Amino acid sequence: MHTFAYARPASLEEAVALLAEHGPDARVLAGGTDLIIRLRDGSARPRLVVDVKGVPELAPGIRAGSDGALVIGATTVMTDIAADPLVRRNAPALAEAAAVVGSVQIRNRATLAGNICNASPAADTAPALLVHDATVVAIGPGGTRRIPLDEFFVRSGVTTLARGEIVTAIEIPAPASRITSAHQRRTRRRGHDLASVTLCCGVDDAGVTRVAFGSVGPRPLLRLDTAGVLADPSASPEARAAAFETIFTDARPSARSMRAGPEYRVAMLRVLGRRALATALERRAAGEA
Amino acid sequence: MTEGLAITLTVNGVARTLGVAPNHTLLEALRDDLALTGTKECCLVGECGACTVIVDGRPVDSCLVLAVEADGSRVLTVEGLAAADGALSPLQAAFLDKGAVQCGFCIPGQLLAAHALLADDAHPTRHAIEEGMAGNLCRCGCYEQIFEAIEGVAEGAVVAEDAAR
Repeated sequence: MHTFAYARPASLEEAVALLAEHGPDARVLAGGTDLIIRLRDGSARPRLVVDVKGVPELAPGIRAGSDGALVIGATTVMTDIAADPLVRRNAPALAEAAAVVGSVQIRNRATLAGNICNASPAADTAPALLVHDATVVAIGPGGTRRIPLDEFFVRSGVTTLARGEIVTAIEIPAPASRITSAHQRRTRRRGHDLASVTLCCGVDDAGVTRVAFGSVGPRPLLRLDTAGVLADPSASPEARAAAFETIFTDARPSARSMRAGPEYRVAMLRVLGRRALATALERRAAGEA
Repeated sequence: MTEGLAITLTVNGVARTLGVAPNHTLLEALRDDLALTGTKECCLVGECGACTVIVDGRPVDSCLVLAVEADGSRVLTVEGLAAADGALSPLQAAFLDKGAVQCGFCIPGQLLAAHALLADDAHPTRHAIEEGMAGNLCRCGCYEQIFEAIEGVAEGAVVAEDAAR
């Protein structure tokens, strides 16, 4: 690993000042499960690594905000998200997604904010966060910004986070209309693997189905069935299949990926879409979140 | 911000203070600075689990943790599993009994992942064992024997004692 300096700021002001001072020469370290690999292979060569785990405002933890929103601290690890009763009740798809990131060892280090900031098209938690309308809370030299997650992803490794900005929390709003969700994914092998396709489906009280999916293009996508066909129990399988085709119109899997071919990914999107929808509807019928 | 940093951590119950370079991993600190070579270096990308150690009660890949990040932590390595007199832990004994060890390279990581699994869930299902051990690869393919060893310990009366260590 190349040499770099290490800083562990004890306050948010200090962290923001360090990032402002060092600009592109600094990289934020949270769980390290992506960054340390990149430091080792040389694809990231910062002069300064800023470990944000000592910043109180970014501390791990999941709490209910005053408006009923779920506020997840930036350095909360996947293990804790998967096990959290509030997440399991309000956003079960997020708990399911967090539970399949990497292995136990990875989930004990990998953070939710890191998964989002890394902006992998295959990020396991992205579809669930999109379905639940998550907001990224970021702070930088210009103050605090609240960025809807759908406006956060640009392409692999690129987000709309400005230089010097740092994510402090991810918020899942208490929706005006309750969303019942389920997560699905395909991997090459069971166990520890990156997703070949990852998908989340959520149905709200108004019958709108929100479908988010990743690993089929440069960024995870969110699409809505506002016509209510997918959530309509009397809709024919043909009508639902047609609604899914519209939702998946913009899926553009890369032909170069080593994990799965584009035809397979598109075929699996349809399968995972049906399965996630069925589970979300079952949960709705059972009165779960 | 400094080039070499003093860290203090508890390794296998013993407080250790050492100076580490910012770009050294916990894996390197354990093997090179503390001569605890039971922890193995293999894939260096967090896929194989050979470098698994338990930090503050949770198994992690020590190749993906900077040594400075472990400042103030409690670390358990494979050297800390056996008793002071060298008596093997029930899990170690079970690995031998079931023939779970062939070349042995992955075993320190397997043992620590299994140790953490049983500390969390004294009677895991086969599915929970498969999930809990999914981050540890064995190139000899001893998965079945490893799972049997874990199940053997989980069923034995020694579980609570081992998990509490």
